[in-house]
Amino acid sequence: MKPARFDYVRADTLAEAHAVLAAEGENARVIAGGQTLVPMLSMRLARPKVVIDIMHIAPLAKIAEEKDAIRVGAAVRQAELLEWPALAERQPLMAMALPWVGHAQTRSRGTVCGSVAHADPSAEIPLVLLALKGEIELSSRRHKRRVAAEEFFTGLMSTACAENELIDSILIPSRRVGEGFAFREFGRRHGDFAIVACAAVAKGNSVRLGVGGVADRPVARDLLDLDGSALDDALDTLAWDLEARDDLHASASYRRALVRRLGKETIEEARRCRA
Amino acid sequence: MATAATNWLGQSIERVEDAALLTGRGRFIDDLGVRPGTLYAAILRSPHAHAAIRAIRADAAKALPGVAAVVTGAEVRALSSSLAVGVKAPIECWPIAVDRVRYVGEPVAVAVAADRYLAEDALDLIEVDYEPLPAVIDPLAALDPASPMLHEGLRSNIASDRSFRYGDPERAFAEAARKVSVSVRYPRNSCTPIETYGLVAEYDPSEDAYDVTANFMGPFSLHPVMARALKVPGNRLRLRTPPDSGGSFGVKQGIFPYIVLIGVAARAAGRPVKWIEDRLEHLTASVSATNRVTKLDAAVDADGRIRALAYDQIEDVGAHIRAPEPATLYRMHGNLTGAYDIKNLSVRNRVVLTNKTPTGLNRGFGGPQMYYPLERLVQRIAIELSLDPVEVIRRNLVPAEAFPFETASGGLLDSGDYARAIEGAVVDGGLAELRARRDEARRQGRLYGIGFATVVEPSVSNMGYITTVLSPEERRRAGPKNGAQATATIALDPGGAVSVHVASVPQGQGHRTVAAQIVADALGLDPKNIRVIADFDSARDAWSIASGNYSSRFAAAVGGAVHLAAIRLKTRLARVAATQLNVQPGEIEFASGRVRARGNPDNALPFNRVAATSHWSPGSVPDDAQALRETVFWTAPELTPPTDADEINSSLCHGFIFDFCGVEIDRVTAAVRVDKYVTMHDCGRVLHPAMVAGQITGGFAQALGAALYEEYAYSPDGNFLAGTFADYLLPTTNEVPTPLLLRIETPSPFTPLGAKGVGEGNCMSTPVCIANAVADALGANALDLPLTPSKLAAFVHGKEKDRPSSAGTQAAKGARALHGEGETKVSASPEQVWAMLLDVDTLATIIPGAHAVEKVSDKKFRADVTIGVGPVKGRYRAEIKLSDLDPPRAVSLSGSATGALGFGSGKGRITLSPEGSGTRISYGYDAEIGGKIAAIGGRLLDGAARMIIRQFFAALARRAGRAAQSGFFARIRLLFRRRP
Amino acid sequence: MPRLSADARHRIRARINGRAIEAEAEPRMLLTDFLRHVLGLTGTHIGCEHGVCGACTVEIDGRLARACLTLAPQIEGSEIRTVEGLAPSPDRLSVLQEAFRRHHALQCGFCTAGILVSLDHYLARTPDPSESEIREFLGGHLCRCTGYVPIVAAALNAAKKLREAKPHA
Ligand SMILES: Cc1cc2nc3c(=O)[nH]c(=O)nc-3n(C[C@@H](O)[C@H](O)[C@H](O)COP(=O)(O)OP(=O)(O)OC[C@H]3O[C@@H](n4cnc5c(N)ncnc54)[C@H](O)[C@@H]3O)c2cc1C
Ligand code: FES
Ligand code: FES
Repeated sequence: MKPARFDYVRADTLAEAHAVLAAEGENARVIAGGQTLVPMLSMRLARPKVVIDIMHIAPLAKIAEEKDAIRVGAAVRQAELLEWPALAERQPLMAMALPWVGHAQTRSRGTVCGSVAHADPSAEIPLVLLALKGEIELSSRRHKRRVAAEEFFTGLMSTACAENELIDSILIPSRRVGEGFAFREFGRRHGDFAIVACAAVAKGNSVRLGVGGVADRPVARDLLDLDGSALDDALDTLAWDLEARDDLHASASYRRALVRRLGKETIEEARRCRA
Repeated sequence: MATAATNWLGQSIERVEDAALLTGRGRFIDDLGVRPGTLYAAILRSPHAHAAIRAIRADAAKALPGVAAVVTGAEVRALSSSLAVGVKAPIECWPIAVDRVRYVGEPVAVAVAADRYLAEDALDLIEVDYEPLPAVIDPLAALDPASPMLHEGLRSNIASDRSFRYGDPERAFAEAARKVSVSVRYPRNSCTPIETYGLVAEYDPSEDAYDVTANFMGPFSLHPVMARALKVPGNRLRLRTPPDSGGSFGVKQGIFPYIVLIGVAARAAGRPVKWIEDRLEHLTASVSATNRVTKLDAAVDADGRIRALAYDQIEDVGAHIRAPEPATLYRMHGNLTGAYDIKNLSVRNRVVLTNKTPTGLNRGFGGPQMYYPLERLVQRIAIELSLDPVEVIRRNLVPAEAFPFETASGGLLDSGDYARAIEGAVVDGGLAELRARRDEARRQGRLYGIGFATVVEPSVSNMGYITTVLSPEERRRAGPKNGAQATATIALDPGGAVSVHVASVPQGQGHRTVAAQIVADALGLDPKNIRVIADFDSARDAWSIASGNYSSRFAAAVGGAVHLAAIRLKTRLARVAATQLNVQPGEIEFASGRVRARGNPDNALPFNRVAATSHWSPGSVPDDAQALRETVFWTAPELTPPTDADEINSSLCHGFIFDFCGVEIDRVTAAVRVDKYVTMHDCGRVLHPAMVAGQITGGFAQALGAALYEEYAYSPDGNFLAGTFADYLLPTTNEVPTPLLLRIETPSPFTPLGAKGVGEGNCMSTPVCIANAVADALGANALDLPLTPSKLAAFVHGKEKDRPSSAGTQAAKGARALHGEGETKVSASPEQVWAMLLDVDTLATIIPGAHAVEKVSDKKFRADVTIGVGPVKGRYRAEIKLSDLDPPRAVSLSGSATGALGFGSGKGRITLSPEGSGTRISYGYDAEIGGKIAAIGGRLLDGAARMIIRQFFAALARRAGRAAQSGFFARIRLLFRRRP
Repeated sequence: MPRLSADARHRIRARINGRAIEAEAEPRMLLTDFLRHVLGLTGTHIGCEHGVCGACTVEIDGRLARACLTLAPQIEGSEIRTVEGLAPSPDRLSVLQEAFRRHHALQCGFCTAGILVSLDHYLARTPDPSESEIREFLGGHLCRCTGYVPIVAAALNAAKKLREAKPHA
């Protein structure tokens, strides 16, 4: 379990990173926290020609409060965001979900944006970003663009980030008055990738429910004004629509059951927490 | 400071091992330096469960700078011979595939290079042509004479079939009030240690001798097996172990084929070769406990008394019968009746071969597989007779006054007071409170259950038990096998300092500390002043076939030998001292580091002075009192060979365990939470209470893993699915509760110190105790491990309602592991689409990642493709065949792709039907993905297969002019199913 | 920084356990191998090489890290602590190490290095953790020998001893 050979570039500026990406395209891989990339290198699942370390690009290492959002740079580690004093106040849903991302010992290295870039269907951060309708800011040598989370996650470990682009930062919408949030997850063990994770944002009578771990990407659905059996039916339809698969850890039918049950609990709690 | 004898034993003193381990100064196999010029090995492994090897091309690998050799089955066959097999049959067992692979992960080639990175680079360049063969995975399927045969020499997949009968079971069943039965499929798992296998091997051609250092743990009965395979006499295979080993739990027995394999590689390379197994290799292919299918019947009286048991056990040892298998099946043979006094017993034992990793030692060895059905059965008896399970247990126990008690199958239970142990557990463990808690929980509508398990824990294996698999005639021909030699050496140096050598190969159990305690007590010394050496060297140490770290034999057997050696030395030293102190030897006592006259402590000499005498002044010591070095070999007379009636005392000691627990099952997630766990042990005399507690809590945690989380899972095709620690789930601090430990002591009359083994019991008791509690909570009967939430959901959530009609149709289950179907609409006509499917150039653009498509024949294409999902990319050689052509309506496609990450193969049928001016393309497929990618990507596999197939049809649709752009994916209905 | 080419070794400078080091590695070398086989710091162990077992846990620039998920060139200019740097002197154990020995919180000792580094880091920042906090924190480590019971007890006891030693911290 040792990586194949690759060049290594420690980029000190975005321009340096962009230049390598532009020149190497799909043969280049950004390394951020390395918590996902390095095992893939060691198992030789990924065989880039060059690895670009972006953790020393100073402007990417910031958490900034913007008007309606928290901007988290690509070099910000999950632990740093979790330790950021204003997080629970500015966006409780992210504060609820982050402790579910791996373990203290991996959050201390893994980045927030790296998780978004990797787009594991069970990952918590992409799910929360989608549930909150966040945005991803991408840059390349010539362009900078913003993509809504809804458009960003295109499939299993696949995103709208082009070969010559990298994620600069993500924008996590700040909490708005009247919103309530809840996050629930079930994995085989604490710290495992979710079998099913649910993130809910309630406002007034409507709820937006995001579900991770079931489809090939996180999926969010707006459930307007539903209660009782209508809500149950909507959750049932959602559960089936996600096209759950059997795997080693859980059957498709079990995943659907969790979507119905955990989904409902999450929605109810989000509604209770509306403030 | 302590003075009188027997002061140190029984105390939880600090371990001598710990200071080094806590400061990073341990000396594990990968921490030892190697000779200059040592090379590193990496092993290419089979991605197939069963396949013929048609060709291995390694030239490119050999040409890579830094690569010294590539060794394959051909070289191994030339330089060694097959490992001996434990049943009488003309079959071979090589440490590497010879012409054929029989399980995923079987070694196919060894690359030897200047470092491990380069060795893995070399593996990437080796090409192997496999011809896949049908595989047999399920042990019941392996019984079928028509199942794909693994070893033609056996003429079936049944390697052994023996029946045993003790007492009069037929009559007992005929007369009993009731017959109660359970059927169990015990899964595959492993106590996998955190340190993997590792070894350094060297071959010296001038002496035709091998020198190997490996974290092997014994039994050293495998030493002659290895030497024979390497074609050298035992004195030319020097086998050493490092001072520290990162846990074993039986598992490091399984390194022995690699000792042979890497030994041969070192010989071929002409240099020392080091191999450190990685975690993927370990989980996939090191060794596994056996999986077993058991049907167990009991003849029961109305009051719950068990009159007879009838076992039908089908043991799955994987692809080879690797020594010492089929020992797992026979280790419990003397105690198949558990803690119960049951006079009548019948047993049918079959050993089958399947296309899975070969099995071997694993903590509990045979106990988990046997006690699971036995204790599930006891619960079923209670339920079916409406009795309290504890009452059923009590009524059947071996009574305290019956010890030593001979079991129906010939076991000799040395000592115990089972009823008292149970009473103690019920009272001190708070069973009444737990029952109240269950009642309260149930009143609140929660799912709460209580389970029990009663286990006799055998330890100190009789080396002869394995021969119970042979018929009495075969045994007579082979010569008697029995006993279990334990060894210890104590040496005095010229300064009178004491060293102890044991061949117990500790794997973290603190043997050095306990041996020092034993000697300290015998010689009146402080353990700090005694040095214990436990790294092993077959060329210098006293050892025998029973040496090693297994069957919990240290405290009972090796500790006993240490004690006997110390006493012998003491007797001699007493005579030396008697002359010097002018008293009778019988009046000499050893205490506080001095040797003195009893009743006159001032008439004394320092221990060192007496101990040094035979070095400095042998002339002043009578010949038979020279005290320099004592080696003791000890074996118990009770360990006799199997009788002609197949009675066997398979183990010397038998501890006792009674467990009960309360579990709650979450109504939403169906997850099991162990609320309370009580475990009562009688392991005879306790030498170091904290270590005993550590063995129990450690074994408990592993058993909890086996009960709820861990499985070496295979797909029905034989692909291994649990290749990482994210798939093979070891419990963490968050999952393991703190059990309540209780203890009584009934010393063993058969061991020098009265101690018995304790390390393995919870691996036998805990899985079934938890399962019984879950069964109680859910009112469930058939429960197979691991008890995953996904399995239990069926009981908790009930049957799932059908898919609402709005959500589309449901596909039939696929015959293979991955199954899917879909459809798309394009604007081209069926004829145009048909032409595209048969056209090389079009295929080149629609096959995902195709570099070049070559038309081999009209119906056969070959392509070089790079397939991947996200950052995961691999290059594969793909072959696609068309068949059942029905132009322009339908065609069947079958294909396969092979690369360094594994293989994929599949079959599908594409149907074209005109729709308007365009075509509706429908497809269905069955696919199989195997090799490394299946072992490590299990969680994402289905999604990845689906994605790649979608890519193909999306590209086809693009080429053929997609009709309805939007809603394309929305209308695709893919259903993936893995057969249960 | 210049591009480090794949097939050459490159100089890496860092401070490990308070000492400056300088050694060479290919870009692809994992920090575990660099520490163990290039620098001879074999106390950091390898149990899985995919980030799950925690045996290789070290501290990099004041944060915990899996050495097996770190490339050697990534530590250029960093400050590293490993198990070898925990004891106050070669013949003494730290309060945490002492607690481990007293509680028999190790058997084979293979997982221990990572757990000690993790807990040392944690207790310095969380002086008064509850048992459940410790259990949650240690969820990132696998131990196959002990069943965790004595490890949790040792951690709680070490926390207490450390608080007593620093009453006003
Ligand atoms: C034991 C363990 C448990 C885990 N459990 C969970 C879990 O429960 N939930 C969970 O969500 N995750 C989990 N993870 C993964 C998580 O820790 C990773 O941190 C995260 O998925 C990736 O972040 P990273 O910074 O480490 O990215 P890296 O590993 O450095 O990169 C991951 C991928 O994203 C790309 N990438 C990274 N940053 C950028 C960027 N700025 N722009 C473009 N591409 C980029 C890389 O090229 C690479 O392909 C676990 C990991 C481990 C080791
Ligand atoms: S070796 Fe690094 S976490 Fe297991
Ligand atoms: S002490 Fe052996 S793995 Fe923890």
